[in-house]
Amino acid sequence: MNILKFFTAGSVDDGKSTLIGRLLYDTDSILADQLEALQSSNRKNDDGTIDLAILTDGLRAEREQGITIDVAYKYFQTEKRKFIIADTPGHIQYTRNMVTGASTANLAIILIDARNGVVEQTIRHSYIVSLLGIKHVVVCINKMDMVDYSETVYSAIIEKYKVLAQQLKLADVTYIPVSALKGDNIVQNSGNMDWYEGESLLHFLEKVDTDNLDKSQLARMPVQWVIRPQTEELHDYRGYAGRVLSGTFNLNDKVTVLPSGASSTVEKIEFFDQTPDAAHAGQSVIIHLKDDVDISRGDTIVNASALPQESKLIEADLCWMDGRALDTSIMYNIQHNSKITRCKISEILHKVDINTLEKHAADEFKLNDIGRVIIKTADALAFDLYDDNRANGSAILVDTRTNLTVGALMFRAAVE
Amino acid sequence: MSTYNFDYLDELEAEAIHILREVAGQFEKPALLFSGGKDSITLVRLAEKAFRPGKFPFPLVHIDTGHNFEETISYRDQMVERIGEKLIIGSVQESIDQGKVVEQTGKNASRNALQTVTLLDTIAKYQFDACIGGARRDEEKARAKERIFSVRDEFGQWDPKRQRPELWNIYNGKIHKGENIRVFPISNWTELDVWNYIRREKIDLPSIYFSHERDCITRNGQLMAASPFLNMDDEDVVERKQVRFRTVGDMSCTAAVESDATLIDDIISEISASKISERGARMDDKVSEAAMEDRKKGGYF
Ligand SMILES: Nc1nc2c(ncn2[C@@H]2O[C@H](COP(=O)(O)OP(=O)(O)OP(=O)(O)O)[C@@H](O)[C@H]2O)c(=O)[nH]1
Ligand SMILES: [Mg+2]
Repeated sequence: MNILKFFTAGSVDDGKSTLIGRLLYDTDSILADQLEALQSSNRKNDDGTIDLAILTDGLRAEREQGITIDVAYKYFQTEKRKFIIADTPGHIQYTRNMVTGASTANLAIILIDARNGVVEQTIRHSYIVSLLGIKHVVVCINKMDMVDYSETVYSAIIEKYKVLAQQLKLADVTYIPVSALKGDNIVQNSGNMDWYEGESLLHFLEKVDTDNLDKSQLARMPVQWVIRPQTEELHDYRGYAGRVLSGTFNLNDKVTVLPSGASSTVEKIEFFDQTPDAAHAGQSVIIHLKDDVDISRGDTIVNASALPQESKLIEADLCWMDGRALDTSIMYNIQHNSKITRCKISEILHKVDINTLEKHAADEFKLNDIGRVIIKTADALAFDLYDDNRANGSAILVDTRTNLTVGALMFRAAVE
Repeated sequence: MSTYNFDYLDELEAEAIHILREVAGQFEKPALLFSGGKDSITLVRLAEKAFRPGKFPFPLVHIDTGHNFEETISYRDQMVERIGEKLIIGSVQESIDQGKVVEQTGKNASRNALQTVTLLDTIAKYQFDACIGGARRDEEKARAKERIFSVRDEFGQWDPKRQRPELWNIYNGKIHKGENIRVFPISNWTELDVWNYIRREKIDLPSIYFSHERDCITRNGQLMAASPFLNMDDEDVVERKQVRFRTVGDMSCTAAVESDATLIDDIISEISASKISERGARMDDKVSEAAMEDRKKGGYF
């Protein structure tokens, strides 16, 4: 059994939390005591039925205001698959929390209120989905109960969204008309929309391919920790502990250690009490090399015949996540896997206007701004382009004054 | 191209090991909070997988309420002996003796809330900058909101409205002096995942997780182990029951469930069929809708 990670996006009140509550409720994933708590809660729908959104709106402030502020993670499973859901906020103010929930997902559910159609937040979230390279998108046209389950309304909205999807190069988009509140087409196919011939949301989620296994040849393992027991019997033991980001390391593979450029060969792979012949993407292992090379945390072991890019000047998309605007005159820390080094944003190439998706020249970058920049790093980074290898093509910016995470970076090119 | 089996338990395990190694790499003085419950026992196995044949780069820390199940303490001591790692004990009794906290009174008195003070004192005394805990997001709705690296201020407080963004698998562990980070490597595991993992890894557990006979009383609709730590009066009727515990904490706040499950397979089928959540067996969460959020804001695990 494997895991599908997905998140819900869309504008405020489009019904994201309700949809997740409905999925959990209709798959019988809510336990009796939680249900009891729901029933006794004073937040109810207008008709007196329980408000499913409070299943995920777990903070007091969220329940009081009836909105989602931060991501909530929920878990359920069916016979076919395990699901990890991130319920993200729709408010523009909390976009950074939406990006947090989206960054680890392989599928996005974008909700659209059937009464309002595509709105600014729909475009913003779809744009973020495309930036983050989320493979699958499901667009749920929600609140169909409020538009008489009308096919005309549904078709008009998806026609509009298709234009956006094309603009954003979203390759794999599926459309489903739903009512999260009433449960139409969420788990069971709805009797109210005979004109819809597709599957229910759950059925789609159960069979969409997850492609968790990374098939690239780009074997990469950032070293997190060097294991040196220095005991009598393990005097010369030196193992490099890390998680394989992508690709596969086999015994006797020729590898290069970056940034030093030293070459060696994989001598042994350890996983606790096992010594497998290969270490694959996703696995946390210990690698031993034949030669005595100097390696420490922050270095990356890579396949010698498929080297990453190495540069101190990188073009990247930046999503700004702090209330304090970007300051191009100061140094930030950039954290790329286990490597942390100083950096500056040396140039803002453009900012994207979320309404029109047009690029504009800009000299400032504020909360929730998204655009393209050039970063200059103190030490060179060994990276891949985000579209080739998400895990080795992303980084965060940390403000050294506040220690806050202020930016998300997706690498697009090395600058020569 | 080679294919390989990498199922959901492998994925959860690899993620947790990655997080533990990030703690080792990013902090000066980390600690692993060990409660003696199944989640922290799972953490110990994950730490072995992360760091063996080396030593753990952190001690285990047990915040001891003094109201423990005997079985938990003997399990703890045997385990520490087996793995050969350092154990630090923070004692709630000591905090009481020093007058830092006052024992609760009344029928529902428990030391659960007092632990927070002892925990914060222990963190301050040893200057821990990161504390690894076994909390899971599926346990409770406030926990469902917490980051894997969760910043606490000097007073141990969690501010749910100001959490840092946490992107991809990159964890920002930078903090100011006096602050610390709580780290939750098994955030994404469910109760059932933990049990399936324990079965797969053949991990030993304290015997109280399995069915046994015990004197119990019924309080607020829940079965509590009769013990000197529970304030009992004439109305309390002691009954001999066949029970086990689904979660293990302080004796005065952990409820038992009636069960004949003596083997881990029985437990797994029991949980799969159960309609009550694990936290449903904790008196401490019954107080109000925001009980956990409030305790976390105050510095609780
Ligand atoms: N009629 C109808 N109402 C719905 C439907 N889905 C959600 N709602 C209502 O819309 C309101 C907002 O729903 P939420 O689920 O809280 O919306 P959200 O998208 O999670 O909002 P934020 O997280 O704050 O952005 C609630 O009053 C829901 O009951 C639906 O399918 N039909
Ligand atoms: Mg919501």
